[in-house]
Amino acid sequence: MFVDQIGKFTLSRLEAAGRWTLFSGASLLHVRSGGALGSRLARSVFELGVRCIPVIAIVSAFAGLVLGLQGHYVLSRFGASGMLGTLVSLSLCRELGPVLAALMIAGQAGTALAAELGIQRSTEQIDAIELLDISPEGFLAGARLFASLLVFPSLTALFVIVGVAGGWLSGCVLLPQDPDAYWAAVHSALRGRDVFECLLKAAVFGLLTTSLCAYQGFNAHRSGEAGARAVGIATVRGIVLSSIAILAADYLITAALL
Amino acid sequence: MKSPRLERIAGLFVLASIGCIAYFSMGLATVSLRPSETYLVEARFANAAGLINGSQVAVAGVPIGSVTGLKLGSDFSAVVAMKLRKDFKIPSDSIASIRGHGLLGDKYVSLSPGGADDFIAPGGRITDTESAVDLESLLSRFAFGAMQNDKPEKKAAPNE
Repeated sequence: MFVDQIGKFTLSRLEAAGRWTLFSGASLLHVRSGGALGSRLARSVFELGVRCIPVIAIVSAFAGLVLGLQGHYVLSRFGASGMLGTLVSLSLCRELGPVLAALMIAGQAGTALAAELGIQRSTEQIDAIELLDISPEGFLAGARLFASLLVFPSLTALFVIVGVAGGWLSGCVLLPQDPDAYWAAVHSALRGRDVFECLLKAAVFGLLTTSLCAYQGFNAHRSGEAGARAVGIATVRGIVLSSIAILAADYLITAALL
Repeated sequence: MKSPRLERIAGLFVLASIGCIAYFSMGLATVSLRPSETYLVEARFANAAGLINGSQVAVAGVPIGSVTGLKLGSDFSAVVAMKLRKDFKIPSDSIASIRGHGLLGDKYVSLSPGGADDFIAPGGRITDTESAVDLESLLSRFAFGAMQNDKPEKKAAPNE
């Protein structure tokens, strides 16, 4: 009846969480399986990193522009316009940078990853890899997980740099703020702690996003559908789950570090 | 293997990303890899309200250090540990006072150097201190001061 439906649902979620953990562990452990690690790493860095540069640059420029605008509007009410640099740099560094960069990379590269692995699953390429006695988790997802540890923090750093420049553009060029005061406020506001928090968040988001998207694609056959529909479901689940994971992890990391 | 061009782009990305993170942490923020040479001094305040770990320590408004620890002394006074830059020696009769950056700003420790010939040694204590000005009690004294002053006198009168 209704109660056993709840039980079944809970157990299946629990199983999925366990399978995801084992999948991530296996892909990190067996990253060398199948060889050609260097070129796989290069390809992962290209797909996760290089392809996301344009979208990161555009999104961060607009995030910084709107922060400068809103910050000027709010702060000038209190006569605290000199705090604009503090507001823009701290909010970009501690929250917006890691979260928005991770969401954009998840949208751009995570979906592609889930779809690619989903198609490899539905065309039985993953089974073929397994028959060759190569760990499919390590061969397909391992290098990507390691690449995300580098790519997410560096794209987040790019996001913050471009965003702070965007805040300067809207605050000091388009609006009458003093650029020297803006940059002095930026330099004095950002401390080592903030940078550490920013890069740590980015690395955690990278691991979560990549492993969730890879897991969904890898297990596309478990969604109850087959072929193209299964790939579609895997892609959607990958992006939705990684978005939720990013925001939940963001809260937990912030609470732990404050 | 197949496409060395892709690998070259990936390599370039790695180099650029190291530059990006380096600029972010050392150009935009100021994270120094080598901790600057500092020494610790202590000061005892009757009230250190508003100070936190990391609060500035300044001489004539120029920051030369930060607060590293706050604890309660044996006589219920606040013992504030501060680290100061090694190249600034503080005369032993200097005064440490807790000030604020404006009404809403953070509290900081302001050091007024004295004229003594000897300096405070690392680990030493600044004996001359001025506590934080508690703005709320100051305001309430202005607002309710008259009432509080009147009451004891009125009560005292019947006893005599």
